[in-house]
Amino acid sequence: MKLITVSGPPSAGKTSVILRLAECLAGRLGVVKFDCLTSFDRETYESAGIPVKVGLSGKFCPDHFYVNNVDGAVEWGIRSGLDYLITESAGLCNRCSPHITGIMGVCVIDCLSGVRTPRKIGPMLRLADVVALTKGDIVSQAEREVFAWNVRQSNERAQIIFINGITGQGAFMLSKATEDARSVNTLSDARLRFTMPTAACAYCTGETRIGEPYQMGMMEKMSYDEYGEDEL
Amino acid sequence: MMNVESLTVIGGHNKHGDAENIHLRLFAGTVTAVTGPTGSGKSRLLSDIECLAQFDTPTGRGILVNDAPADDRDRFGFDGKLVAQLSQNMNFVTDLTVGEFLAMHAESRRSEEDGLISAVFKCANNLAGEKFTLDTKVTQLSGGQSRALMIADCALMSNSPIVLIDEIENAGVDRRKAIALLTRSEKIVLVSTHDPLLALGADMRIVIKNGGIYRVMETSEEEKNALSEIEMIDALMSEVRGRIRRGERVEYELLRVIQRADTRYFA
Repeated sequence: MKLITVSGPPSAGKTSVILRLAECLAGRLGVVKFDCLTSFDRETYESAGIPVKVGLSGKFCPDHFYVNNVDGAVEWGIRSGLDYLITESAGLCNRCSPHITGIMGVCVIDCLSGVRTPRKIGPMLRLADVVALTKGDIVSQAEREVFAWNVRQSNERAQIIFINGITGQGAFMLSKATEDARSVNTLSDARLRFTMPTAACAYCTGETRIGEPYQMGMMEKMSYDEYGEDEL
Repeated sequence: MMNVESLTVIGGHNKHGDAENIHLRLFAGTVTAVTGPTGSGKSRLLSDIECLAQFDTPTGRGILVNDAPADDRDRFGFDGKLVAQLSQNMNFVTDLTVGEFLAMHAESRRSEEDGLISAVFKCANNLAGEKFTLDTKVTQLSGGQSRALMIADCALMSNSPIVLIDEIENAGVDRRKAIALLTRSEKIVLVSTHDPLLALGADMRIVIKNGGIYRVMETSEEEKNALSEIEMIDALMSEVRGRIRRGERVEYELLRVIQRADTRYFA
């Protein structure tokens, strides 16, 4: 079973890209959708005849939730006799990346999000094998070119593919790219390409009060001095 | 960007599986219209060209660049820059002035050419009905001005050798000047259109039916001659539109001008 991780900011068009990709692939494709609070994609996938599992992270960090459950997704895919398994997750803090070493990673970004957006997205984009750019049909050619150039500045080696999530234009090239995706039977001992953010503080365990006395565990304080650094 | 002198479309089949029996070469500096009813498969043809189909897309078509098939490295190697697209649905979404915007595009091309920005700017103003300045925000341009800037930018700054145009309206931008500009830049231009002026102004037209290429027609001498009269009907319509906009009367005399084929009237 070929495994592909698809990630991207909310509403970038991940689900549409996956649906258009499914139309181009011969073989049985299934999706595991990771989301936070709610997801409407189960119906979308089911009505396209695609087997789907939805995991909602709820009170857990969505990326930690993802990595704790992705190996189970592979077991489910194998049991269901899939030829392709796609995990779909939103890179919610732009710090995380669901991509796994040796597993094809696709990052979906939409051109409407602004030409400089590719520079703001971290390892989810930087470490992707394929960057799928959506909604390019409604922005100018010049903006598409600048957008793709900014993607290239962040990620030198990825294949950049423009995909129209409505007409499917470009999805064929994505399906060609998936020919390189590796087949797996298990993710046991596989590694993430990038670490998850540190999170072991009072707020992780349900603290809601604000102020120094309540802040315990792993944390980082910003400097508000005149010459202080505004980023870590 | 590689130099593309010709593009060859080798026929596949239509929705019913009937062979297209086509071997069609398109050259740099020429315009080809793509026509056919809505939903007939015009976009499919444009999308086959965009991905340089190698007999592996649903239509079974093959696309050759400079008479050679494309390998996977070619197909992925252009970062989507082989083909530039222009359509009626496109908008500028970046919050920058025209000057800043063109500078940003030039930077992404690492272009050192002096005067490129002002060349694009002048050319866009020449195409647009109403003038704009370098300080105008691109998001505040009118539809016609946006289209004019996109076309000028595409012709002079973008280095994609193939341009696919999806139905540009005449409002606020001179279409024929625009197409002429693109062909002068030695691009291979394909225009998907229902507009008779654009279709007859092209060197050739591809008619799509049932998902396949139904006919390829070179523009005949008779059609080329008819074009100037059709252009007059079009000029009459713009004149009427203009008069209504300016709060003027539309007189019968205007219609008679056409019958006399008096082109000087509109000059």
